[in-house]
Amino acid sequence: MRQIADWIILNLFGVADAGSWPYSWLVYLGMMVFAAVLAITFVAIFAGPVTWVERRVAGRIMSRLGPNRVGPQGFLQWLADGLKNLLKEDLIPDAADRPLFRLAPHLVWMGMFGAFVVLPFGAHLVAADLNVGLLYILAITSLVVLGLLMAGWASNSKWALYGGIRSTAQLVSYEIPTAFSLMVIVILAGTLSTQEIVRAQGGWPWDWFVFRNPFTFLAFFLLMTSSLAEGNRVPFDLPEAESELVAGYNIEYSGMRFLFFLFAEWANLWIMAAIGTFCFLGGWQIPGVSPDAIDALLARSHGWSWSWVGLQALSFAIFAIKASWLVFVVIQIRWTLPRLRVDQLMIACWKYLVPMTLVCILGVLAMALLIPQGGVLDYLIRGLMMVVGGALVALFLWRARVNYMLARDSYRKMEGRELWFPPYRLV
Amino acid sequence: MSKKANPVVSYLSTIWRAMFSTFEGLAVTFSWLFRRPITIQYPDRLEKPVQEMLPEGYRGILEVDLGCCTGCLLCSTTCPIDCIAIQVVKNPETKKREVIRFDIDIAKCMYCGLCTEACNFDALHHTRQFEGTNVSRNNLVLHFVKEPREVSSHKKGEPCNRRPVGSILPEVMKDCFDQEEG
Repeated sequence: MRQIADWIILNLFGVADAGSWPYSWLVYLGMMVFAAVLAITFVAIFAGPVTWVERRVAGRIMSRLGPNRVGPQGFLQWLADGLKNLLKEDLIPDAADRPLFRLAPHLVWMGMFGAFVVLPFGAHLVAADLNVGLLYILAITSLVVLGLLMAGWASNSKWALYGGIRSTAQLVSYEIPTAFSLMVIVILAGTLSTQEIVRAQGGWPWDWFVFRNPFTFLAFFLLMTSSLAEGNRVPFDLPEAESELVAGYNIEYSGMRFLFFLFAEWANLWIMAAIGTFCFLGGWQIPGVSPDAIDALLARSHGWSWSWVGLQALSFAIFAIKASWLVFVVIQIRWTLPRLRVDQLMIACWKYLVPMTLVCILGVLAMALLIPQGGVLDYLIRGLMMVVGGALVALFLWRARVNYMLARDSYRKMEGRELWFPPYRLV
Repeated sequence: MSKKANPVVSYLSTIWRAMFSTFEGLAVTFSWLFRRPITIQYPDRLEKPVQEMLPEGYRGILEVDLGCCTGCLLCSTTCPIDCIAIQVVKNPETKKREVIRFDIDIAKCMYCGLCTEACNFDALHHTRQFEGTNVSRNNLVLHFVKEPREVSSHKKGEPCNRRPVGSILPEVMKDCFDQEEG
């Protein structure tokens, strides 16, 4: 956004040196407001429809259909749900701590939304390219813990308090493996800035950090696991375990306040997918186009540059596709795995994830020392890891096909019609 | 297990089992995305009418064809919960037996099918109709006799020219159901 603001100052006002121009702060302020509005809009139009996607996917996995009545294929279900919640009475329990009760959803939402400041959506599409980007993400999302605990405490309900305490224990524990697996990336990229991390990778899969060596490959899965726990997603959704806690920390909330907790949860889905994408899967990098070329296009162009706009859109599309794929995997995990017990949750974190991430850090350090960057051996390892990754995907598809074939013939015999009903054939 | 497992082995095997079961579980759920959902979108998005999708021998709301009924009262005496009420009187002018009331309370009926077993004259049948929502329980008493009519005189075993099952019920239900709540 800074670069775009400088471009506006140069081209619209004809000022080459933005630093000494007295009115440049006005342009920066305008761009800040614009970026905030853009990000909020993005969160809103992501978090809404993704609830519909999740419910449709959940339906198909359970051999149901999911919501398909409101709008075309039920796509407007999220609007209907939101409107319904807006119309509901906003109840605050008598014994609740009113100021804290009202403040808690704001904190949760601010914690989630704060992370969007540094998420790189495209080549120049980042609200602020902070040089402490990853640290900032880890710090600002800790605000969520405070919000959840506050919600649990202020509700004056034992179930809500249990949920709040559980989420605190969980989020504080799982921040460590998250931070450690991100440390792997910091070691490799040599920077905390999100844009610089993306630039340290490349457009082609062999330039991605996930295929750099076996330890980064492992760290990617460890990161996704621990960010599942950070986002209170199944199988780590103990703070809102409905069979034990009714609903968890948000039990006393109703109407729009309640919706804001869920809103933050869905927004967090994008955040965890985006972190996985820009740290491990090459972010917005376009194959065959170097980031410097896009930079040069913006710096050189006096006036409107369609190729720059096109490359921005392309980089955003690439980022969105990768992140959406991760979002889909996270959704699928929700409908695959049962919830962990509390002790299992803590064991998984302290006995397995933390040591494994430490091994990853040591391994990456050793690899960086032993194997010269860009050498033959380095590329050999990258190629090998790509083969492993490809083999995993192939094995997965083969296993899915085996499961499908097991049911196909008996279904045809019993129902007299084909079992085949791909997800793109919406009903 | 008699021997204690090697802690390193059990540690690694736990990791392996967690990874393997997640992988296999995802493969199973992924395959379900390509299978036909079992959902039947009753009532408005059906491939064929729901009455045709019911299994053989389905016991829906009872229906009587008074053209075949001889007024023998077997069905009402068989009924364990007395949901069938029949009144047969002799017309003093024609000296013929006439049925003046044949009511079935479908709210009481438990769809056991004993009455249809008892009927010797092919008059009483279960239809495939089951949609009986109504605003009042009183409306659920189906009156099959609108005006007194002579009972059928055919003998047991003689074929009766019965109207098709399910063809009488709709108009009876319409008359009874469309009343005001009361």
